[in-house]
Amino acid sequence: MKCEDVSNELIAYLDRRANSAERQEVEAHLAGCAACRTRAEEFRKLWTVLDEVPMIEPSAAFDARVRQRIASEPERGWFARLVPQPRLAFSVALLVALSVWLAGRPVDRPASFANAPSEEEQFQMIDHLGVLENFDVLTKSDVLSELPPRATQEQAPAHDEARPKGDGG
Amino acid sequence: MTRSDVQLMLDVKAGDDVSFGLLLAKYRLPLVNFLFRMVRDTATAEDLAQEVFLRVYRARKQYSPSAKFTTWLFRIATNLALNSVRDNRHRQMEVSLDAPVEEDESPVQVPARVMPIDEHMVERDRAQIIRRAIAALPEKQRVAVLLHKYEEMDYGEIAKILDCSESALKSLLFRAYETLRVQLAPLVAQPVAHRAGEGRPS
Repeated sequence: MKCEDVSNELIAYLDRRANSAERQEVEAHLAGCAACRTRAEEFRKLWTVLDEVPMIEPSAAFDARVRQRIASEPERGWFARLVPQPRLAFSVALLVALSVWLAGRPVDRPASFANAPSEEEQFQMIDHLGVLENFDVLTKSDVLSELPPRATQEQAPAHDEARPKGDGG
Repeated sequence: MTRSDVQLMLDVKAGDDVSFGLLLAKYRLPLVNFLFRMVRDTATAEDLAQEVFLRVYRARKQYSPSAKFTTWLFRIATNLALNSVRDNRHRQMEVSLDAPVEEDESPVQVPARVMPIDEHMVERDRAQIIRRAIAALPEKQRVAVLLHKYEEMDYGEIAKILDCSESALKSLLFRAYETLRVQLAPLVAQPVAHRAGEGRPS
């Protein structure tokens, strides 16, 4: 056992609380270490010196004062009885206040949601779903893409001219 | 038949006020002295000891004998004492910061120390030096020494009060006594005849 190791067991050895194995280890070390032996002896003397501090006597009114303080204790309310710890009570109050504040706050939607169609628009879109699907099929149709570009340009005005007539008649 | 502290406390819980009086009578002296050694002021020590008993009484309905009564009692006392010491230190710091600075302040004149000739005065001076040395220890070390040396508590109980392991406590005690051994070396070298039967047998 080294001096550093004996230090933790020295107090227990001196106040006779070390077990027999610990006691033997400390005794074996002290037998061969003069420095630790001196320290142990000085600890014994120190404890005698510490006994020199006199005790003080509590005042004669001590008990009466305790009784008085007990008697003047206000009856604890239901909240104080439910929450005996002030820190806990504060935390609960803070949590409630935070919840109320969060509930009353306007909800910030992400930017991607800002342009999202409203519920009414979504219903209208469902109504026109068939037309939209047809439009989608037509725009991606291979037959149309195979047509020469000029023919499409020429046909387009004719179609435009024909339409007012049709609408009017 | 003497009732144990736990039994007395259970009786207090059941509404027996006489049992509370018995606990008060038993622990009034050790508590006041422990607190006095912690805060070094008689009035504060008494006030804190009364507060400890008040808290014990207040908590009687929730009392369950999970630990020794003294562990619970001194744990309350330790917490109150440490809070008081910290508050006091804080207050003193505020006072010193608020104190007006006098540029022309002359150094404090300390009267030449008169050598005590009376044996009683020697004892009183020695007690004062010892109290000061204990008070200068770090908080945990101070509590450990007071509970070990003056209350003669076992390691397990002190460790519970200080919320540390027994091994950590042994190391704490060694460091505390080592500091006191160095600080009080002149007194250790010149012991006076002390009253027999006080404190732990060495």
